[in-house]
Amino acid sequence: MIENFLGHFGPYGGRFVPEALINALEELTLAHESAKSDPKFQRELSELHRTYTGRPSIITEVKRFAEHAGGARIFLKREDLNHTGSHKINNVLGQALLTKRMGKKRIIAETGAGQHGVASATAAALMGLECVVYMGEEDTKRQSLNVARMKLLGAEVVPVTQGSKTLKDAINEAMRDWVTNVETTHYLLGTVAGPHPFPTMVRDFHRVIGVEARAQMLEEVGRLPDAVLACVGGGSNAIGIFHPFIDDKEVRLIGLEAGGSGVASGKHAATISGGTPGVLHGTRTYVLQDENGQTVESHSISAGLDYPGVGPEHAYLNDIGRAEYRAITDDEAMSAFKLLCETEGIIPAIETAHALAGAIDIGKELGSDAILLINLSGRGDKDVQTAADYFGIPL
Amino acid sequence: MTQLSELFIKTRAQNRAALIGYVPAGFPTKAECIATIKAMVAGGVDAIEVGYPYSDPVMDGPIIQAAAELSLSNGTSAQDVFDTLEAAVSFGVPAVVMTYWNPIERFGVAKFAAEIAKRGGSGVITPDLTVEESATWKSACEQSDINRIYVVAPSTTEVRLPQVVSQCSGFVYAASLMGVTGTRTSVSGNAKSLVERIRTQTDTPVSVGLGVSTKEQASEVAKYADGVIVGSAFIKQLQESSSIQEGLAKVEALAKELSEGVRR
Ligand SMILES: Cc1ncc(COP(=O)(O)O)c(C=O)c1O
Repeated sequence: MIENFLGHFGPYGGRFVPEALINALEELTLAHESAKSDPKFQRELSELHRTYTGRPSIITEVKRFAEHAGGARIFLKREDLNHTGSHKINNVLGQALLTKRMGKKRIIAETGAGQHGVASATAAALMGLECVVYMGEEDTKRQSLNVARMKLLGAEVVPVTQGSKTLKDAINEAMRDWVTNVETTHYLLGTVAGPHPFPTMVRDFHRVIGVEARAQMLEEVGRLPDAVLACVGGGSNAIGIFHPFIDDKEVRLIGLEAGGSGVASGKHAATISGGTPGVLHGTRTYVLQDENGQTVESHSISAGLDYPGVGPEHAYLNDIGRAEYRAITDDEAMSAFKLLCETEGIIPAIETAHALAGAIDIGKELGSDAILLINLSGRGDKDVQTAADYFGIPL
Repeated sequence: MTQLSELFIKTRAQNRAALIGYVPAGFPTKAECIATIKAMVAGGVDAIEVGYPYSDPVMDGPIIQAAAELSLSNGTSAQDVFDTLEAAVSFGVPAVVMTYWNPIERFGVAKFAAEIAKRGGSGVITPDLTVEESATWKSACEQSDINRIYVVAPSTTEVRLPQVVSQCSGFVYAASLMGVTGTRTSVSGNAKSLVERIRTQTDTPVSVGLGVSTKEQASEVAKYADGVIVGSAFIKQLQESSSIQEGLAKVEALAKELSEGVRR
């Protein structure tokens, strides 16, 4: 284990929150710890994954796509095939069960792309919990289909009009709700950021991705991949697939951040590639910030990666050199998006397309003997509008 | 001993509470903020909290959020915060900075504490710094001889309360309720019991903040607390005025009323 009992990953992580939340965070930490070693809880969660999420998710080799990536063998871990269309459901079902375990009746969540909001609304419907989702007003426009999905599922969607009107402001608003209603409410945070225990807890719920994929690779090709790739917004799908490979030193772990118009342009969301250590949303990590410590707005074509922070475990894995992080521009992501559509008949989420673009580069660098595993974190149904606009397809 | 600690010795001797006013630096502009502080002091405010406006103020309600946003759009920097602190001190009252943690870390922890002391400030209130994360801050404040003020909440447990309270100097900031800053129609009943719980742990003065906006509320809180903290209500006076002159007059009038309130 990398983290200590206060949720520190080296100099990163920890808790930077109002004192009013400490009690709830302690309660959550204890609930998570006890659930982790409770066979009944674990059985309930894995049964849900088997009969509701659709786990294990399959791996798919993409030969035609791989021809454009130096001829390396490329496998996709198909989190897009999960119920609700992305990896987000893994964490949400886990935390929803914890919510019930703590005797709370209401969940709140933030969402950027809407995938985490949809997953949260889904779990709330399944378990009879009240659900309020905070979403930046900008994102409610970019991802209007997901807003409708959440409403159909019975959730209340609150557009956030403060600040940059995107994910970071949705998190601010959710934290304010939580401070006020903490006795009845669980904040179902959607990524591996935020104060302890969120980075470790959310990771633990996503580890299933890497645990399955590692076994599937051994079964399918008889060896571990040379590199595991994933897109990094807050970093949940990436840490989920990376974590079970951390001790496999020969496996490179590569996170692809949203480079927007290019890191040099300043218009990006590549927090590790282009940020500096600081504190945001309750944790110490890499942050996009100015010289006065004010958070700088991030930019990405992908709402789900458009976040000026990143999970503290990634910050640490970067600093110790165990994982590498690269930035992929909007254009690179969109061309990889199109390539996967046309060569494999799979429409990925634009978030995920950043990992695909990274694989094209890494495949070329490593050559045709290499084997790559990519976390296909979500499907692109929600992005059809954005992609159509980008490629000039009339609707 | 800081000027802030001396203030509470004085107000305790006078058998009253101290009135503490909050305003973010750079709101509505740097100069007008300093004029606002002057008006607060003229109306009877005993100590000033200069806010360091921050891009992600998760502890603040709509009034302070809007003020911080305006201030940041004016380009308010750390130097502006220190200048404003220095101006407040020049009006003859103790002054502290209230800030989220990241700007301190960005500026440099030891440097920040040293600058507060250099500008005559008494200390810093850090609402999102937990005692677990405070090691470097603690030594920086001890080095510069300034007060470290943490916030405790109604939900703070019996086990944790002494851990936080024992780290505070100047005063302990008791959050009257579970929630964000803003004006409320009544002061939560939690405030009194929280102050009583704190009193069993320490002789350090206790100030109550969050939701206090009227003379009646101030006088109610002054019955059991050493300090009454008012922020949003002052800011609202400026936000709702059509000119700065009108706003400053209203701020001074509110300060006058509140200062009568804290005299029990
Ligand atoms: C499909 C998909 N992938 C990735 C992300 C980014 O989040 P994270 O970095 O936590 O995996 C999102 C976020 O909304 C998403 O919807």
